[in-house]
Amino acid sequence: MITALWIMIALAALLGMILGYASIRFRVEGNPLAEKIDAVLPQTQCGQCGYPGCKPYADAIAKGEADINLCPPGGEEGIHKLAELLGVEFKPFGEDAQPKPKAVAFIDEQICIGCTLCIQACPVDAIAGAAKQMHTIITSECTGCELCVPPCPVDCISMLPIEEKLTNWKWRYPVFELRQTS
Amino acid sequence: MIKLRSFHGGVHPPTHKKESTQSPIMAAPLPAQLIIPFRQHAGEAAKPVVQVGERVLKGQLIGEPVGPISSSVHAPTSGTITAIELQQIAHPSALPDLCATLVSDGLEEWGVRQTLSYRQLSSDELQKHLRRCGIVGLGGAVFPSDMKLRHPTVVNTLVINGAECEPYITCDDMLMRERAEGIVRGIEILRHALGTDAVLIGIEDNKPQAITAMQRAVDESSHPFKVVAVPTLYPGGSAKHLIKVLTGVEVPSGKLPTDVGVQCYNVATAYAAHRAVEHGEPLVSRIVTVTGNVEQPRNYEALIGTPFSELVELSVAKADTNRYIMGGPMMGVELPAVNVPLVKASNCVIAASDVLFPPPPPAMPCIRCTRCAQACPVELQPQELYWFAKSHNFGKAQEYDLFDCIECGACAYVCPSSIPLVQYYRYAKSEIRARDHEKRAADLARERHEFRQFRIEREKQEKAERLAQKERAAAEAKAKAAATATVIATPVDPSADTDDTQQMRIDAALARAKEQAATTPPKNTETLSPAQRAEIEAIEERRAHIHELAADAGADDEPPKHSQGN
Amino acid sequence: MLSSPFITRTLSVDRIMLRVLYALLPGIALYVWYFGPAILVSIALAVTAALATEALMLKLRDRPLRPFLSDYSALLTGVLIALSIPPLAPWWLPVVGTAFAIAVAKHLYGGLGSNPFNPAMIGYAVLIISFPHEMTHWLSPQDMGHSALSLGQQLHYIFTSTLPAGMQLDALTMSTPLDTLKTQLHLGMTVSDIRDLPIYGRLAGKGSEMVAAGFALGGIYLLIARIIPWQLPLAFLGTLFALSGVFNLIDPAHYAPPLFHWFSGAAMIGAFFILTDPITSPTTAKGRILFGMGAGLLTFLIRAYGGFPDGVAFATILMNMCVPLIDAWTQPKVFGKKGSKR
Repeated sequence: MITALWIMIALAALLGMILGYASIRFRVEGNPLAEKIDAVLPQTQCGQCGYPGCKPYADAIAKGEADINLCPPGGEEGIHKLAELLGVEFKPFGEDAQPKPKAVAFIDEQICIGCTLCIQACPVDAIAGAAKQMHTIITSECTGCELCVPPCPVDCISMLPIEEKLTNWKWRYPVFELRQTS
Repeated sequence: MIKLRSFHGGVHPPTHKKESTQSPIMAAPLPAQLIIPFRQHAGEAAKPVVQVGERVLKGQLIGEPVGPISSSVHAPTSGTITAIELQQIAHPSALPDLCATLVSDGLEEWGVRQTLSYRQLSSDELQKHLRRCGIVGLGGAVFPSDMKLRHPTVVNTLVINGAECEPYITCDDMLMRERAEGIVRGIEILRHALGTDAVLIGIEDNKPQAITAMQRAVDESSHPFKVVAVPTLYPGGSAKHLIKVLTGVEVPSGKLPTDVGVQCYNVATAYAAHRAVEHGEPLVSRIVTVTGNVEQPRNYEALIGTPFSELVELSVAKADTNRYIMGGPMMGVELPAVNVPLVKASNCVIAASDVLFPPPPPAMPCIRCTRCAQACPVELQPQELYWFAKSHNFGKAQEYDLFDCIECGACAYVCPSSIPLVQYYRYAKSEIRARDHEKRAADLARERHEFRQFRIEREKQEKAERLAQKERAAAEAKAKAAATATVIATPVDPSADTDDTQQMRIDAALARAKEQAATTPPKNTETLSPAQRAEIEAIEERRAHIHELAADAGADDEPPKHSQGN
Repeated sequence: MLSSPFITRTLSVDRIMLRVLYALLPGIALYVWYFGPAILVSIALAVTAALATEALMLKLRDRPLRPFLSDYSALLTGVLIALSIPPLAPWWLPVVGTAFAIAVAKHLYGGLGSNPFNPAMIGYAVLIISFPHEMTHWLSPQDMGHSALSLGQQLHYIFTSTLPAGMQLDALTMSTPLDTLKTQLHLGMTVSDIRDLPIYGRLAGKGSEMVAAGFALGGIYLLIARIIPWQLPLAFLGTLFALSGVFNLIDPAHYAPPLFHWFSGAAMIGAFFILTDPITSPTTAKGRILFGMGAGLLTFLIRAYGGFPDGVAFATILMNMCVPLIDAWTQPKVFGKKGSKR
């Protein structure tokens, strides 16, 4: 009886030590879940979720503070991916957070006064220009976050939806649904 | 005789080639107007190098290649460029692309034709010439031919593709029957450029006349080329499959034929190479089959840019024709309109009716019968790919080698449930490509955002440090001043500038900047080509026009651009 | 806009199913010849039940009726169930079996193409577990000297479960040759003694061996017409033959010879018509061989040691379960990846 007890205690201690060692030895830097979530997010850094960027939102989701349906640029598919990653139910977008077609910002260069306010607002440094000099959007790097639109004092920034061109055209999903016709 | 191998799967659709091989190739009459797309080849679209209103000669360069994988576009006849704009082209999306409109003057006046004696030329020089002449693969893939001559490994076998496995299409068949000599000369040029010894010309055995003609031409040329009749089996004309049949070598997935020492050209490409090198003619015309639901199916030699409607008119489409297909019935694309132009890839146009190509019955569920897997020449499991594509499970689809699919259509051809399998694969492929693109964009955005945050943090820190330094200096100066107040009345320490002096400096700088802006801005255009300068001027003109329109815009004349530089 | 290919070969699902049905005809004809027309009544009942259930389920699932009712898949399920249960059975037996097969085993899993288990075999399994008594009264061959019932009397029995006065059901029916073999082996007889019993013919059961031969004939037609893959029947029959052969050689008194196994019970119809159901069998060539071998092994084990006289149905269902695994394991290498590892 006593022997068995001792064995159990010794075993528990040994396993505990192994576990403790493993947690130090194989420690993962940072928060791996938040990083995985961050990888799913579209990185527009638009703040529509109410957090100052994709990473903070990812951290908030990882901590369970934020819902998964707050990222309109990620689309419904983004929610599906998050739901799958976190093992939770899919949640549709709320009324005020509906996804919009993808767009890029465009500066009307004739109106721009070169105030640099939009440059300060751009989360990905996709606006080139300097004080009192005309600014322009680096289209290939613009995430379409719209953060540059409100600060502009002369309203010279507009969002242009990305048009379907030959170079970005996609084959459609074949629609052949069999349904009751009567 | 060489030993022929076989590949897995394949199908035997009715060939319907007899109809269009009854009459010889006819030169199509010169159309009044040609529409020449700048994207007629795989890779980057060509860049226009002519102006609207400019008169061009036949064979004159109108679009120059951009980047390594690209090719040239030429004026197919002499005349005037009347527009360079977006126009509808032969593409399943029905989206427009940049095209030049050329109104012909009926003179067919050739520009300079530079003929070469290829034997004295290196592969490099020949590549340049082919690129300049806009020679691309005429089998359908329109891959720039010069790129295919550029290979890091030793190529010991040149395979010439005269298989023409798709039903209805007979342009290569007729070309081989009528112009075998030119083809053989072209093959010799390509062989020379590649530096290979063995040349195998594969022709499907349902084209006996073409085989005879090619054999005769080879015999007369006394080149040691081998003309090989290969069994008729769709898609035996796929380059990788023809290589397998002729040489027994299986080109590894994701690799090029040159990686296993083989290169493959279409017979029509060889012919075009011959015309380009020995006659100096760039690729401005091709043979095209007009067949299907027409009164006189036959082959035409037509200029690139000829509207398909003109060719169809020549062959007289029957009354119940309701759509047109470019290419064959297995891999072709439905034309968005019949007046879109002929391009380098157009080997055939089929007038189709619901009688000729009955619309498929509604798709039934997959019953896993695996007839598709038995037909697949790539040994894929099409039914698995279909389930994955259908359920948007793209990762799994890639795992099951979706990108090895050559979209030959054999699976959909045999599917008893009439499932549009190939369309599912195309959908999945383009979705995966789009997603990869988005992923890269997101990664870039993340990187830039993180860098920005790092930069802001760094700037803040630097500012704080500067401030601290200044305070320290000020305190020191004060102490010093207090200590030596009696000795020096006014300190001249520059770091102890008052706010007022700093403001004055800023104002002065601003005034200087304004002055500079007021004078003529530097144009930095000295090193640019005349064409680029013309382009800049055109942009400036447009800009001025917009400026007039935006009357209330109080902006100054455009100051020089300045990148933020990070 | 449609995308290529614009042409198709016209062998549609319904034509495939129809050819399978044609291939069943020789077996059914021999069935009628040896056991009388009752089987036709039971086929009619099962087919009616199958189509009615299919229509009802399609309606409930909001799917169009016509393409699915005319694909003959439900009809085939009905015929296969009728062929696997005793012909002289109360009318509700085929009806319940078929309705369960179509409604539960097929439509609850998503209908044509989505069912993991062979519906006919599920129907059979449900019946043999739920109504073992009714499932054991098989008609004796007509030429065995019993006073056979007329068609009218048979119909009367099927619909009212009453026999003409003075007749006993046991006198008209018998257990199957496999069942008898199993029972008698338990009672201590040897295989050769048992096979001298009057119900046995040259290879297996009198009459039933010929029906099995009829199914084999149909199956060979399907093989030649390339409607079914050759791997499945070959692997199944081969495994069954090899196993029974080895055991028969070692202990001929207690293990029946291979041909007895081939021509008894559902071996032939199973090999050519049930295992070859594409929906519930693997899609790869290697996978089919594994599947057929597994089914052959299980059939033999159930026949030799199991609690049921025949094992084809349970072997099929058990192997159906392994199909996704087998498929995943046996994915072939694609063109240009032969030398590499996946």
